[in-house]
Amino acid sequence: MCHQTVSLVSRYLEENGIPTVLMAAARDIVEHCGVARMLHVDFPLGSPCGEPFQADQQREALELAFQLLETAGGPRTTVQAPFEWSEGEEWKELVFTEARPWKSGEDEQDWLRKKELYKSLKGEGKV
Amino acid sequence: MTYVHYIEKTREYYRSQGYEKPYKWAHFDDAPFAPVSKLLAESRVALVSTGEVEVRNLELSEDKNQMGNVGGVYSIPSNTPEDSLFSASHSYDKHATTLEDINAFFPAARLHEAVESGRIAGLSERFIGVYNAYSQRRTVERDAPEVLRRLREDGADIAVMVPV
Repeated sequence: MCHQTVSLVSRYLEENGIPTVLMAAARDIVEHCGVARMLHVDFPLGSPCGEPFQADQQREALELAFQLLETAGGPRTTVQAPFEWSEGEEWKELVFTEARPWKSGEDEQDWLRKKELYKSLKGEGKV
Repeated sequence: MTYVHYIEKTREYYRSQGYEKPYKWAHFDDAPFAPVSKLLAESRVALVSTGEVEVRNLELSEDKNQMGNVGGVYSIPSNTPEDSLFSASHSYDKHATTLEDINAFFPAARLHEAVESGRIAGLSERFIGVYNAYSQRRTVERDAPEVLRRLREDGADIAVMVPV
């Protein structure tokens, strides 16, 4: 969702003359939507700008995003950052599986609560 | 290994959870493109995030529960000390990573460094937060124009955009 929202806003800014660059992990969602420039950081959702506490890598990621602004000649330009997740790539196979449910416990309750709230707001004509 | 295809993965996952109707992800055939007309060293940069970043001990001006559903735009002063920023978002891979380092998804400190080194001219006065909305139309018709308005007000030349 985050990736889609940021992509939609990016498109609107581009239409109105403001160049943008996305730093994103969920490449397929961003490309499905279609944006001008994306630095794809192939890391778990939550770390699209480099690994936590790896300031040098984060610096490099931002520099790559800047370079993309300087070099992209047209829309849908994607550049992949040459980084490897320090703990290997197992997370890619496990994400959204029973072993690693996307939401469980409190998170799930919170999500369901918000969903119900949205339904009731919609019912009252407030959204 | 190739990157994760989240659209397929989430479709399978929610089907297994009993949700029949697949979510319709936003899709466009074309993509707009605004050329960069200024040197970065002369550009003022805005940071726009959907990472639900907040300032510690500061109430948001809007109802948080509602914002997570119906969308909404808010601002954080860009000179806010890094250790006052946090995100309580649940929308990340909590099995694989952490949101404890704000700069891994909201590169505030890295952007300040880029100003100090002269790579960019400066940052806009406000960092912008956008909440997800169930309705894509609301994001496009209400929230995106509000982001543009704030960026123009702050004289932003370009925007670095980050999800969580």
